[in-house]
Amino acid sequence: MRKAFLKTAAGNGLLDRRSFLQSGIALSTSFSLGAFAAPVSDLNTAPNSSIAASFPEWMKTPGRADTEYGQPSIYEKQVQRHLQKSAPEASLFSIWHTPIENQRGIITPSGLHFTVNHNGIPDIDPQQHVLMIHGLVDKPLKFDVESLMRYPMVSVIHFLECAGNTATNAVSLSPLDQSAQELSGQMSGSEWAGIPLKYLLKETGLKANAKWVIAEGADGGSHSRSIPLDKLQDDAMVALYQNGERIRPSQGYPMRLFVPGWEGNLNVKWLHRLEVTDQPAYTKDESGLYSDILDDGRIQRFSFHMDVKSLITRPSGKQLLPEKKGFYEISGLAWSGYGKIKQVEVSADGGKTWAPAHLEGPILPKSLTRFTIPWRWNGSETVLLSRATDELGRVQPTRDQWRDQYASYSFNHYNGIQAWHIARDGIVENCYG
Amino acid sequence: MVDRIRLTTLSTESISAVVLMRKSVCTTSLFRTLLLGLFLWGMQSTLLFADGAAEWLMTDLGQPLSKAEIERYEITIFPDGTNLPDGQGAAAQGKVLYQNQCAMCHGKSGIEGPAARLAGSDGWFSFEDPLRVLRIKEYPILLISVGSMWPYATTIFDYIRRAMPHHAPKSLHNDEAYALTAYILYMNDQLEESSTLDKQSILEITMPGKARSVSAKEQITNLVEQP
Ligand code: HEC
Repeated sequence: MRKAFLKTAAGNGLLDRRSFLQSGIALSTSFSLGAFAAPVSDLNTAPNSSIAASFPEWMKTPGRADTEYGQPSIYEKQVQRHLQKSAPEASLFSIWHTPIENQRGIITPSGLHFTVNHNGIPDIDPQQHVLMIHGLVDKPLKFDVESLMRYPMVSVIHFLECAGNTATNAVSLSPLDQSAQELSGQMSGSEWAGIPLKYLLKETGLKANAKWVIAEGADGGSHSRSIPLDKLQDDAMVALYQNGERIRPSQGYPMRLFVPGWEGNLNVKWLHRLEVTDQPAYTKDESGLYSDILDDGRIQRFSFHMDVKSLITRPSGKQLLPEKKGFYEISGLAWSGYGKIKQVEVSADGGKTWAPAHLEGPILPKSLTRFTIPWRWNGSETVLLSRATDELGRVQPTRDQWRDQYASYSFNHYNGIQAWHIARDGIVENCYG
Repeated sequence: MVDRIRLTTLSTESISAVVLMRKSVCTTSLFRTLLLGLFLWGMQSTLLFADGAAEWLMTDLGQPLSKAEIERYEITIFPDGTNLPDGQGAAAQGKVLYQNQCAMCHGKSGIEGPAARLAGSDGWFSFEDPLRVLRIKEYPILLISVGSMWPYATTIFDYIRRAMPHHAPKSLHNDEAYALTAYILYMNDQLEESSTLDKQSILEITMPGKARSVSAKEQITNLVEQP
């Protein structure tokens, strides 16, 4: 071990973010233990025996055939979305959380992407689906799916986050012992491909007084939201593909609106109608559920951006650090609805000292950004924190700073710093810093 | 005979864009030129898009949408009354409809849930409620209500007609949607039980949530453009 390279970066064992890269030491990162547990077998060294005894079963038999659509290993069955308890499927309003602590990199597998379905998932026949654009346009037009597939497309990597993500930490009086998935799993990252909405609006033409667009889905509840036209003209798209395949039903098949950096609810799934107007409609979700209640009781509407946020996903809630005084790689995700992540700082001593984490590429605007930092845990009780800053200089607030702005029961757009308590027995638990 | 997949083609404008590009791409076969052109053009479209020079990417595959088609689907009701249909309904009628079709999910008085809270004030469940913490944990969405937060009565009509009852959306007649809107307003002390609602009178309602409203949009529009 070349100790010389293990430069300390901040208190309580945080190491320089480049330590792992430079030293190349064989760290006893307990997380990877087990992976190397080679199958133990009695080596039969008798001259006439076959070598079979040395090898595990799967090296002595032909493997099985593959299938048309591949599935994860049967040993990864525990990596599943989690249905939020407070919104049971029985009430027909379901919220499924992504297992973000199991994810590496910045892309969430499509089948694990979080999903909030206010009126269930429709199975729409693409041959019968039409996108209509009307209202304050020169030419009201309709587009069938086959036609839309012929348009030039762009592909972009973006995060998507529900306005209500991490609501428990926003409103619960005491911290609940929840995993990263349960707390903050209403957030995922994908590559989305589709048609910039700008192209279609160019084709319909716009009247001079056009300011808003009411986007509507073709689900049972005809989900609808009012969105400022300038944003839709800027970087919104009619998305047809997610992670290289056509968008799945729970993400809006055959098409969804994608509005980068803005709250999930605006990214209308099963998109079938865009009404261009000079006023917002104050739809159901902009009247109550998705608004913020300020500390003075006023109701803030149209707070569209998902603000700069980060959390450590490893180690995180409900996990266990198995080895005392071990080396660990702290890893997490940061994102901002305003642009690129500029920096993520990590503290291993409850916020007394901070060190910059390594930002793994690519660092894209309005996209998940992976950060890592090596840490030597000394086995004592402590609190791990991460704090993100984006390219506009917006800094993730503490939970108290965030709550000062809002009424005690306001739960949307929470982006407070996530604190993980590390107990001496290695148990990691959600805490309030 | 093999079933062949019908390839989708680009529209005429896009093709001409590709042909234009051929001038700068030196290849031997038309096929390869088109492929390469398509590829480069795909790459460039983002750049051109960012430059605002997307004119030549114009496509024209939208089909005219008739007035009749628009009217069929135009169900969004605006606060100024745009798109409100004819018809009327009384709060008393709404009460009967509510008991039969809504109470099982929203509670007898619109407060109990389990589905979204329709009446009463917003805020925590009563501080005297011994099960308060438990209730908040189980039903965080019941912290807010239509009566306290929604700024316009038109939204109640809009949402009931498009989405409720949850198991049979769009099954209510316009008269029934007016009656249920009236009843929800009555539960929130915004109407008398004897009152009737139609497309004129619904605009006279001033919801408590309106005076409390503030828009975040003004603060954020200048941030839409990236630095
Ligand atoms: C099967 C259960 C069920 C029935 C029956 C039902 N609703 Fe609902 N209702 C819901 C659910 C679930 C929501 C929340 C949906 C969402 O947030 O997207 C809701 C939301 C609402 C809302 C919006 C509340 C808010 O704050 O966002 C109104 C208004 C409403 N219902 C009215 C009615 C009326 C009127 C009826 C009777 C005609 C009715 N509901 C019947 C389940 C039901």
